[in-house]
Amino acid sequence: MSQIPQDPALFRGMTQRRLGRRSMLKASAAGAAVMGLAACGVKGKAKAPATQAPDQVAAFWKDKSQHGHVNFANWPLYMDPKKPELAQFTKDTGTTVTYSEVINDLPTFFAKIQPQLSAHQSIGYDIMVITNGQQFKDCVDLGFLAPLDHSKMPNYTANVAPKYTKEAYDPGNVYSVPWASGITGIGYNPKYVTTAPTSIKDLADPKYKGKVGMFSDTEEIGVFALLVVGANPETSTPADWQRAADWLKAQRDAGIVRKYYDQDYASALANGDIWLCMAWSGDIFQENLSTPGANLKFQIPSEGGTLWTDNFTIPITADNPVDAMNLINFFYQPAIQASLTEYINYITPVPAAQAIIQSDAQKATNPDDKATLEALATSNLVFPQPADYANLHYYRTFANTTERQQYNDIFDPIVTS
Amino acid sequence: MTTVADTLDAPERAATPRGPRNKVRTRWGDRMLYGYTWVVILWLMAPVIVMILFSFNDTKGRYNTSWQGFTFKWYKPENLTANHDLVQALGYSLLIAGVTTVVSVILGALIGIALGKYRFRGQASFNLLMFAAISAPEIVLGASLLSMFVTFNVPLGVPTILIAHIMFSLSFVAVVVRARVLTLDPAIEEAARDLGASPFTTFRRVTMPMIYPALISGGLLAFVLSIDDFVVTNFTAGGVVTFPLWIYGTSKLGMPPEVNVMGTLIFTGGVILAIVNAIVARRRARL
Amino acid sequence: MTTVDEATAPALDAPGREPGGRWRRFRSRLTPYVVIFPGGLWLVIFFLLPMIFMLSLSTQQGSVVDGYSQVWDFGTYSRAFSNYHDQLIRSLEYGLISTVLQIVIAYPIAYWLAFRAGTRKSLYLFLLLLPFFVSFVLRTQSWNFMLADNGFILSWLKSPSIFGWHLPFHLGQSFHVLATTPAVIGGLTYNYLPFMILPIYVALERVDPRLIEASYDLYATKFRAFRKVIFPLSLPGVFAGVVITFVPVSSDYVNAHILGGTNNSMIGNVIQNQYLIVQNYPTASALSFILMAVLLIGVFAYARALGTEEVLEVAAR
Repeated sequence: MSQIPQDPALFRGMTQRRLGRRSMLKASAAGAAVMGLAACGVKGKAKAPATQAPDQVAAFWKDKSQHGHVNFANWPLYMDPKKPELAQFTKDTGTTVTYSEVINDLPTFFAKIQPQLSAHQSIGYDIMVITNGQQFKDCVDLGFLAPLDHSKMPNYTANVAPKYTKEAYDPGNVYSVPWASGITGIGYNPKYVTTAPTSIKDLADPKYKGKVGMFSDTEEIGVFALLVVGANPETSTPADWQRAADWLKAQRDAGIVRKYYDQDYASALANGDIWLCMAWSGDIFQENLSTPGANLKFQIPSEGGTLWTDNFTIPITADNPVDAMNLINFFYQPAIQASLTEYINYITPVPAAQAIIQSDAQKATNPDDKATLEALATSNLVFPQPADYANLHYYRTFANTTERQQYNDIFDPIVTS
Repeated sequence: MTTVADTLDAPERAATPRGPRNKVRTRWGDRMLYGYTWVVILWLMAPVIVMILFSFNDTKGRYNTSWQGFTFKWYKPENLTANHDLVQALGYSLLIAGVTTVVSVILGALIGIALGKYRFRGQASFNLLMFAAISAPEIVLGASLLSMFVTFNVPLGVPTILIAHIMFSLSFVAVVVRARVLTLDPAIEEAARDLGASPFTTFRRVTMPMIYPALISGGLLAFVLSIDDFVVTNFTAGGVVTFPLWIYGTSKLGMPPEVNVMGTLIFTGGVILAIVNAIVARRRARL
Repeated sequence: MTTVDEATAPALDAPGREPGGRWRRFRSRLTPYVVIFPGGLWLVIFFLLPMIFMLSLSTQQGSVVDGYSQVWDFGTYSRAFSNYHDQLIRSLEYGLISTVLQIVIAYPIAYWLAFRAGTRKSLYLFLLLLPFFVSFVLRTQSWNFMLADNGFILSWLKSPSIFGWHLPFHLGQSFHVLATTPAVIGGLTYNYLPFMILPIYVALERVDPRLIEASYDLYATKFRAFRKVIFPLSLPGVFAGVVITFVPVSSDYVNAHILGGTNNSMIGNVIQNQYLIVQNYPTASALSFILMAVLLIGVFAYARALGTEEVLEVAAR
């Protein structure tokens, strides 16, 4: 023991091989191999988008047949947990439906399905509900979505409100038809918030320090921040984005924001973790229904709110596209839309549903149900008037990926603080 | 320090300092340490105890919020298997853990034997490689694998998860086996060769049984690592949901009782396995 | 195997030469390489190679839609660092604080296990490691549930009453544990504690009791014996524990995500976000590489000074 130097490093130094010519040659050979590998790039995946040209649609649908089953991927809080509409569908057509609430926020979902779809593999779903944002555009550009066959959806053509057929994000509804629309505003718990918040600035009020929640989606939080600094989200410039980001940073650094949420803000509001939060209109209603004792309120801020639409889409590698089309067609019946809206409290694309809800309200025997249904049938949040639309804004659309990356580079560091 | 006078006077001083003051201090010190150990054990067990407790919670909503009464209803097989996603996630986790264990034990044992029994050029660098594989942060392992898969446009799924799991389990198994192989007496194998056994027979009949316990504990380690892995799986899973990923996703909105039940069942299973393992080991040692 | 070889080969009992001729000797020299080949190949392909691809991706530019091309843009590193250096430093901070806390918590337990537990040593080790049979995500979520602002613990503390008698003191309504830095550090300390207990325990076990007896023979008090004999001998275990603990703690992101709030994100959160949500692969790879470099350089410096044996042995446990 005493012969070996006690210091292991010294021992190693005395017995290690020295750097010699051989090791230099080996190192340079390895280095060259590394450089060769490192020069590999990643191939782009953009494809020319399909059009509603009859031959494209026909080409996709010609060899598809019905299988009797549909896999439906959706967001949480978009259907009554008992799924009466799906049960009705199965009763009417015999097609079974597997409903998975796997979409919690779009960027994560997109990142999950992108490798599969790029390799032309099935993602396990025949319908996915995508919001009209960056990821929708990406899906279109990358050729992930199947062109819809409008001849298979007569209910849609008959019942949809005309404004949804002229949307900028999908002209002619080649790839998508709306599922529901919603409004982003401010949700709050009146137990702790005594004066109702009327402006986005209330989300940065120091008296709510540590009790405010914001969304982690950069598109959502960007719109609100742009509105509060006085810019128009749809025409905002990078300078505006920087001002908006600075406002958000100030809000965060003052310790006002507790967390940046994606889906779980409603339960956080209900159990008192946060007192006010950016919120989606229908979630607040549903939270009040499902959590006893919750009495949350929703408010569109004075600067305006965000209007978005979640859309039915069919992935191009879907296993059961024909059954998916049948399901989409089924959902455009006014009675089904009424039943859905009565639970989820989001804006329905079928205006005829309003009359059905009103008649349901008159037929209701339970006074609580009657009151709820009547409020629902006349609510501006579920059936907005033309005047309401004036106060609502859309997400920013980007001309190219460089612009989008610039936007994300400005807002990402804030939400992953 | 003691003075010269003390030294001269103290040839009978006992080995361990005795005397009333030392005795009291010993007892108090020991008691405090003992109590402290129990406090820490309880602290470590606290979330597990709460998890088990709330699996018996008679909650009316979908999620656990507060204690609402005792019930066994969540343990009923219909309720357990009702959640299709949960069953699928568990299935994936078990499948992946099983395959990972088998493959990583084979590959890892080979590495361990090679490193332990032989001396060859490049042994030190290989040791370094294994050390790096063990101490590299999991997030870097997952991120680098994802980078490679993205470059080659490989679709993510069960095969990619398996690749990742086998990769990090390998080195752990190799280390365990190597530690065992280092303690083996080479004379036994030499004796086998002297008696005419071919190298392959020697390996099969002499070496394998001797390193068998290391293979078992390495396999157990690989199984546990694989079933519990979250970070690397998160990066390489794509759309596949394994059990830890499922827990992470469902717990966003709250703790559904099914999660508690599953956790309790797996925990109980693991405890029983460990106790059985200990009893078997003790019995084997006694033989 | 020709007669010439047998004539010139040394006697069978000469050391260092396997009998049987050159071909046999060559085959036996080859054996370790053959044996190590499958596992080694797997490690090289799926551990080393991905690192190179990650490095390569970090200097590329592009997007998921347009594809990435290799432009050797090293500016990504400086941009990533300037955007996220807060999180990087915070991760190292949390790692350091958590590691120190773990040493403080783990050392007495390891000492008690090694010196005072006697025959029930394995039972107590088992009890200590028992919670880790449950998935770590589940345990962290369980803490999230336990420490909820109005969960069963805090709501009791905010209006404490024992069998109807209200206690005179209580916590403020807006008091919360979650979404704070102590919650994250607490979670990190909790989740990685066994990685610190085990190495210290192993090192303390190995202390030769005769050395301690000898120190008593030399009139040392128990405290002195600890300070001058036991503690220095256990230091290699402490160092090994630091290495095994610091790396996973600094690169963890689950604790920060579940238990933390704003201004608690660690570099792991950023890397995960950039890879899996934003899909900004160049920035993500750059950050990942920076993290790996910082941690592995530190670890290798330690390993050079103290040897890899300690760490590998503990991993074997």
